[in-house]
Amino acid sequence: MLLCCSTVRRFAGNSISDDVTYRFRDLLALEPLSADELTFLLDQSKLFQEIQRHPLKKLATLRGKTVTLAFFENSTRTRISFSTAASRLGADTMNLQAEASSLKKGESLLDTVYTLDAMKPDCLVMRHAASGAADFVARNLDIPVINAGDGTHEHPSQGLLDALTIRDRRGSIENLKVTILGDIQHSRVARSNIHLLGKFGCQFTLCGPAMWVPRELEKIGPPGTVIRRISRIEEGLEDADVILVLRVQTERMYEPTLSAEEYILLYQLNSERLRLANPNALILHPGPMNRGVEISPEVADGPQSCVLEQVTNGIAVRMALLFLLMSGATEGGENLVADDALGGSASSPEKKESTHAAD
Amino acid sequence: MIRLRELMRIVEKSQLMSASEIDRTIQRLAHEIVEKSGGTKHLALIGVRRRGVPLAQRIAKAMRGIDGVEVPVGTLDITLYRDDLSKVASHAVLQSSDISFGVDNMDLVLVDDVLYTGRTIRAAMNGLFDLGRPKRVSLCVLIDRGHREMPIEAQYVGRGVQTSDTEIVEVRLREIDSEERVVLVDRVEP
Repeated sequence: MLLCCSTVRRFAGNSISDDVTYRFRDLLALEPLSADELTFLLDQSKLFQEIQRHPLKKLATLRGKTVTLAFFENSTRTRISFSTAASRLGADTMNLQAEASSLKKGESLLDTVYTLDAMKPDCLVMRHAASGAADFVARNLDIPVINAGDGTHEHPSQGLLDALTIRDRRGSIENLKVTILGDIQHSRVARSNIHLLGKFGCQFTLCGPAMWVPRELEKIGPPGTVIRRISRIEEGLEDADVILVLRVQTERMYEPTLSAEEYILLYQLNSERLRLANPNALILHPGPMNRGVEISPEVADGPQSCVLEQVTNGIAVRMALLFLLMSGATEGGENLVADDALGGSASSPEKKESTHAAD
Repeated sequence: MIRLRELMRIVEKSQLMSASEIDRTIQRLAHEIVEKSGGTKHLALIGVRRRGVPLAQRIAKAMRGIDGVEVPVGTLDITLYRDDLSKVASHAVLQSSDISFGVDNMDLVLVDDVLYTGRTIRAAMNGLFDLGRPKRVSLCVLIDRGHREMPIEAQYVGRGVQTSDTEIVEVRLREIDSEERVVLVDRVEP
């Protein structure tokens, strides 16, 4: 699997405000990001939540810019979420749908991506069934790339929206007991959550059929993260502050599997089992939900469920990411100082110089 | 362009306002706004980030002293409405806006520290109109330094100052800058 560190090109420095900020070139994975960088992304996302409540939701901030959504693997909600986020910022979107694409006619991934790039988009959002695909593409393109899910590797915007949802409800994402339920081996959502929440001292219980919770998963978190594997759900839910219920992913299964009836009997999160968790434990599900399979209807619709907040927060997170990656000078752009160009009273000269230094 | 800018030194030329002058000016601006608005019933102040925010709060406080009136104060961040986002090298970072009252049919006074090109105010008005349809929007600034690039004027001006293009007016307020005065600085070649 390809690593992502090399292409997370970022710069720390002072911005228009005096707060330290980070400059990201791409967003390919959460694993290489520090707790401070993740907090910065969550704080920025939080500000975009407010815009969802405006009577006029459409901004002109990214007017004239184009976001290409290349989903080489099926997706409804992530694609719609990115597309809504782009349009609320005033950007246009181009859509590539796997079914209709020339990939079916034998074109290579790189050729397809070069073709899309030749249409001069300003950002590429991509999903692909191969782990590391977004990283590979980012290394071959000059425009920012956002990973919207690569195989079983990561789904960084989902990890961020889950963390934002938890932080909104609980006020903090620090030192929580998080139980992840279901097919963890095939879940990029689980990995992104572990990489993010693990940096804030959260402990994880991975619970599911043994074939979906292999021993290697104990080592995937940041150094020192406590990750235990439990096969009995009753034990796995004990004292949980957050329960992340995963969808049973039939499209990623190659080995003989449990029948749906057996899965429901052994692993469905229902109200009786939920009582074993912390009384105000939050329930997250990345969707789409198989209601009545991995989660019972009364739990999915109950007061502890955050499923719809996750969807709303998804747009805020994706607006923040698009804004962050697409604002600022493109290569060859004028290197003006922000405050100055607008002509307000300037911040102090030292700050201006550090702005240059950061670049 | 940038090379030259980096080589330039920034020197203080003169002080435009002392702390007590800032204070007196704020008192006068508060009186003017109350007088010209003909009542404070639908009046609200909107401070433009960053230094417009403490100025708006101080004007609201001064108004309390005049009439005992409580005028709501909101905060507006214009980052999303800037016209130079694709030009700035430093990363644009969103700050919070906080306008907890409805702006429909309100008599809004935008408050900022320095009026220069007018672009900030253009952006601020676009931001306000995304929130609703105010009855009237007027502008109050501590310093008007000229050099407009937009057809925008302030109704309430603390002080007008003649400046050259290379000069910068720096408003330093104790809430943000740990000192309280307005200075004129200039960029000079070493």
